[in-house]
Amino acid sequence: MSESNSSRKKTQATPAEGLETEIYAKHQKIYPRQVHGLFARLRVTAMLVLLGIYYGLPWVQWEGRQAVLFDLPERKFHIFGLTFWPQDFFLLALLLVIAALTLFFFTALAGRLWCGYACPQTVWTEAFLRMERWFEGDRPKQMKLDKAPWNREKILRKTGKHTAWALFALFTGLTFVGYFSPIADLIPRFFTLNTGGWETFWILFYSFATWGNAGFMREQVCIYMCPYARFQSAMFDKDTLIISYDEERGEPRGPRKRGIDHKAKGLGDCIECTLCVQVCPTGIDIRDGLQYQCIGCSACVDVCDEVMDKMGYPRGLVRYTTENAMAGKPAKVLRPRVLLYGTLLLVLMAGFVYGVSARSPVGIDVIRDRNVLYRELPDGQVENVYTLKLTNRHTDARHFEISISGLEGAELDWQEGDYIEVPAGRVIEFPISVRMDPYSLTGASSEIIFEAQVVDQPELSHERSSRFIGPIR
Amino acid sequence: MNEHDMSTFWHWWVVILTLANIAGIYWLIRWTSKKRPGEVAEGSETGHSWDGLTEFNNPLPRWWLWMFYFTIVFSLIYLVLYPGLGRFAGILGWHSGNMLNVEDSQYQAEMQRAEERYQPIFAAMADQDVASLAEDTDAVTTGRRLYLNYCSTCHGSDAGGARGFPNLTNGVWQWGGTPDAIKTSIADGRQANMPGFGDSLGEEGVEQVAHYVLQMSGRADADSALAEEGQQKFNMFCSGCHGAEGGGMAALGAPALTENAWVYGGSLAAIKDTITQGRAGVMPAFEELLGEERVHVLSAYIYSLDPQ
Repeated sequence: MSESNSSRKKTQATPAEGLETEIYAKHQKIYPRQVHGLFARLRVTAMLVLLGIYYGLPWVQWEGRQAVLFDLPERKFHIFGLTFWPQDFFLLALLLVIAALTLFFFTALAGRLWCGYACPQTVWTEAFLRMERWFEGDRPKQMKLDKAPWNREKILRKTGKHTAWALFALFTGLTFVGYFSPIADLIPRFFTLNTGGWETFWILFYSFATWGNAGFMREQVCIYMCPYARFQSAMFDKDTLIISYDEERGEPRGPRKRGIDHKAKGLGDCIECTLCVQVCPTGIDIRDGLQYQCIGCSACVDVCDEVMDKMGYPRGLVRYTTENAMAGKPAKVLRPRVLLYGTLLLVLMAGFVYGVSARSPVGIDVIRDRNVLYRELPDGQVENVYTLKLTNRHTDARHFEISISGLEGAELDWQEGDYIEVPAGRVIEFPISVRMDPYSLTGASSEIIFEAQVVDQPELSHERSSRFIGPIR
Repeated sequence: MNEHDMSTFWHWWVVILTLANIAGIYWLIRWTSKKRPGEVAEGSETGHSWDGLTEFNNPLPRWWLWMFYFTIVFSLIYLVLYPGLGRFAGILGWHSGNMLNVEDSQYQAEMQRAEERYQPIFAAMADQDVASLAEDTDAVTTGRRLYLNYCSTCHGSDAGGARGFPNLTNGVWQWGGTPDAIKTSIADGRQANMPGFGDSLGEEGVEQVAHYVLQMSGRADADSALAEEGQQKFNMFCSGCHGAEGGGMAALGAPALTENAWVYGGSLAAIKDTITQGRAGVMPAFEELLGEERVHVLSAYIYSLDPQ
């Protein structure tokens, strides 16, 4: 974190008792209290929408196949009307760059929106927390239950919770593999024990990871493992939207009776109810200032507003704000870094859209036979052999014509009216030879261009260059 | 690494180094997880400061420590189960693919799985004779795959041959084009040997014989006067193998000289070179590598290339 952040941080939440001999901290379970309010509703809505997309998408059909299917054995990645081939993989790199820049852009603009509302770690943890509350109640009940001896009720409640978690996790794992193996077929196969080794492994592994991450690791993933949590501060500045406690207004904090004039007693607006600490899913105290553990979920904002309403104080003691706004300076939304990230993002997105739409539905690759430089024919001509790979990404068969250009006097082993049929979505390869009079060659190695064109559709063509090798004279 | 290759010294070198390292790591973890006198309290600043960034003494989660211990336990279990400690082979008896001499190595197991899968396919094809197999699209496709893997390096991916490697598509067969002859060529290999006649014929004689050879192939660039001189010399030196009419002799691998098809080039210069220095061609035997059934399927593909 920046200087201002670290110097404002007073203490770690982790207590030091009982750790005399170990420098490793025992994990303290965090029991976030349930919150209601505007941001809680937004977070739940985001959770429902995102989980809905994740679990629902594999069931959507498109032209007789699963709409989103990453078919690894066939090396075809279907996303609705688009089919991506391994040759299109550079688009994935572009997409990942766009995703990273989007993260940068929104971080500079609005802080950790991603962490608070959209990150899978947050979303699944939220879902698991809800299930936990069905069985064990809210924070005080959970804490009491964990301290209680193992009696019948505790066993029943814990078993219920873990059963719900396990089923939900298994459904998550099945859905994940359902993106790679048609889901309508996968699920019955899984329950009749007919899945293949890797399918079974990934279903169970993904289920286990969901159960572990959302059930147990939770905030520790954000605090100890997530690289974004560590480097996001590089995108922050004093105009970035953060969640902050209004120290000037709140301090000095202290308990008081409702309805008294606290200002006369020298107290600030913070009544020290500690609810903001109790609702925090990462176990920090927002009143200590901006901390890298804060995932920006705004649970403390909701709960503090509720308390302020009850006390009859104005809302916003803990609120979305910026460091500059807190210091009374004007807020600036359009800063150089926001403009820079935004421009880069627009350029890359335009490039991506162009890249996707400009993909040729037909393709040709030329592989020159490497073992033979050239072949002498009885009539004195020299011949080079090439292996052509024709790709047809269409959903029906196409007839291809092959032609060469760029080398004067070269003759392709191809008759007028010949064509090669390539079935739908296939690549076929075949050898073809080019011959010419060596006395017409200008050098030992010359460029030659092969063009594959769909019969009667000149706009569907693709070309590749290769070399023609002849004798050195 | 083969266990028989390791001397006693290297065996103990590996064992001691590996175990000492593991013990050292265990000691390091224990040592660094002790609190040392003079260390600042948890959660407070250590006093280290870089450009205003200050370091705090914050603890790692304890499960992180367990992961360190887990790696130690994992490595010990691994060393008991798998080869790793010098010559100790591990109690599972696992062998890597390099140990071809070991019965149940991973390589052998994979080969066996592949054989179980493909053997019935090849066995079914091997039941048919080469000539009828050459009409079967599946067999020809399979044969072509074998061809691309094992033969195209020399004969070219279009089977059109290269200098020193015969063209397999023109219907001219140096060792005979019958299914049996083709199969024998692939299975047992061939060795062709043409001696050099430069000394016996002299420069002029070589020129004359070369023109005669061109004439037999019906080539327009043959000089008929020189060819006439060459004919006598051909009959004396060459017809024993290539035949009086130049029709070749498949049993010896002496090519026909009437087809205008040339293994070592058909220009006058190349033919003169061949006559002067002689040629030696070798086709390796593939039966041991591929097995009889694959050779059979491959023969069908080669036979299917014959334009007749």
